[in-house]
Amino acid sequence: MARRPTQRESAPPSASPLISLSHVFKRYLGGFEALRDVSLAIESGELVLIMGHSGAGKSTLLKLMAAIERPSAGTVLISGQNVAKLRPAALPFLRRRFGIVFQDHKLLYDRSVFQNVLLPLQIAGFERRDAARRARAALDKVELLAKEKAMPITLSGGEQQRVCIARAVVHRPAVLLVDEPTGNLDEAYARNIVELFGAFHQVGVTVVIATHDRSVAEQLPARIIQLGQGRIAA
Amino acid sequence: MRSWLRDHGRALRDAITRLTASPMASLLSVLVIAIALSLPVGLYLGLSQLQSFSRQLSSAPQISIFLALDGDGSDAAAIEQKLRADPEVGSYRFIARAQALSDLKRSAGMSDVLDNLKQNPLPDAFVVTTRGNRPETLERLRDEAKAWPKVGHVQLDSEWARRLDAALRFGRTAVAVLGFLLAAALVAITFNTIRLQILTRRDEIEVSKLIGATNPFIRRPFLWFGALQGLAGGVLAWIIVALAVHLLNRDLIALAALYSVSFRLAGLSLPDAGSLLGWSALLGWLGAWLSVTRHLWQIGKQ
Repeated sequence: MARRPTQRESAPPSASPLISLSHVFKRYLGGFEALRDVSLAIESGELVLIMGHSGAGKSTLLKLMAAIERPSAGTVLISGQNVAKLRPAALPFLRRRFGIVFQDHKLLYDRSVFQNVLLPLQIAGFERRDAARRARAALDKVELLAKEKAMPITLSGGEQQRVCIARAVVHRPAVLLVDEPTGNLDEAYARNIVELFGAFHQVGVTVVIATHDRSVAEQLPARIIQLGQGRIAA
Repeated sequence: MRSWLRDHGRALRDAITRLTASPMASLLSVLVIAIALSLPVGLYLGLSQLQSFSRQLSSAPQISIFLALDGDGSDAAAIEQKLRADPEVGSYRFIARAQALSDLKRSAGMSDVLDNLKQNPLPDAFVVTTRGNRPETLERLRDEAKAWPKVGHVQLDSEWARRLDAALRFGRTAVAVLGFLLAAALVAITFNTIRLQILTRRDEIEVSKLIGATNPFIRRPFLWFGALQGLAGGVLAWIIVALAVHLLNRDLIALAALYSVSFRLAGLSLPDAGSLLGWSALLGWLGAWLSVTRHLWQIGKQ
């Protein structure tokens, strides 16, 4: 019987790690093997960097952690639940425990910044005024409150990413998954963004960042998982 | 429960926004739906009123028994005896040939013609009604009376009305078939508009799924959209039928007056209009449900 996690549930009740992968393989159609025999565990409240060159399998690893993709072999447990055995109807409730900062932002360009940030709260069924208050608080945290009425297309790349961060944290997820946050930002801006993730970690959020950027590792006191050609290197 | 209602509120607002965001496209879809609905509804309206009109004409089917012209009072008395003895005869009325002639003379335009006749061409007659007005009784009596002595001709007056009734039944079946086909068309139209909506909102659907939206959450705005579009089509169909009835009535009243009957089409009754609106919303919802279920499944597969 699958338990339905609620959106603000933080620590798992059992002693099992928040996310654990054992002997996970991921093979895509066409035979490309993105992950080979990966085993790792992430405890609640940890700050983890997944480092590696592009094509090392970082994004795939994040997608498996968020139950967006399923492993070809091996098991992915989230709070002790086997993702592969979850009913399809329970999957959305599992996903609400995560906030995801996508590499390509995945903002919706037909609505304002504020409406974008509001979306996770609408999905989780928050009351309208409460949702608006939380969305503004999240925008304030990424210093974009002044642009809440702007359309995302009018924002710079860095600003779009911060909207994406606000959307990822607005529903107070237990885990923040971040894919290549400093990809095409200038150095000062990148430091700024990375600092923001450090701040979320400080208030108890589990943060997992996939990056190829060594300067992120210098900036954050994180556990580092080195990934190379689909295997854990170190 | 409250968040469920709240989400329906969100979905409804979303659907209204989408409907009004592209008014021309929405209007055209609604118009197509309205035309598809108003055809069977208009025909149904006309046929059902013609049917009640024909029922009213044939409410008491009569058998007219005309005596042979050489028959006399004693023959009439013999027939009367037989009628009185038949337990299924409800009432009968004797119309003497002289009375029939004077009745006819009173009809406009006929007296000149009749005055020129040397002798009365009309026979004595009985007009008979039966108990229960069952067709079998009427037919039995007609067949029996034909065999009685000095009976010239027996006519079942309700026959033309029954023919009309049968023709109308055929018409109703045709309308039902047409209605079924056009209901399927409504579902197909909605299916397609929702398909286009889903294509343009694909990003939104995918992102929503990634951040934890359930399928019902994604489906709801589309279902409301389909139901509202169907409902709007129903309302417009109602208006189209009302306008058509108004236009037709002018000519119809004039036509009926030539046959010296008063007949006019009434508009849709409130219960009929209610069921038109209910069905149009339901069919729109169904089309949307089929479309969104199929396309969500496709998106989920990738």
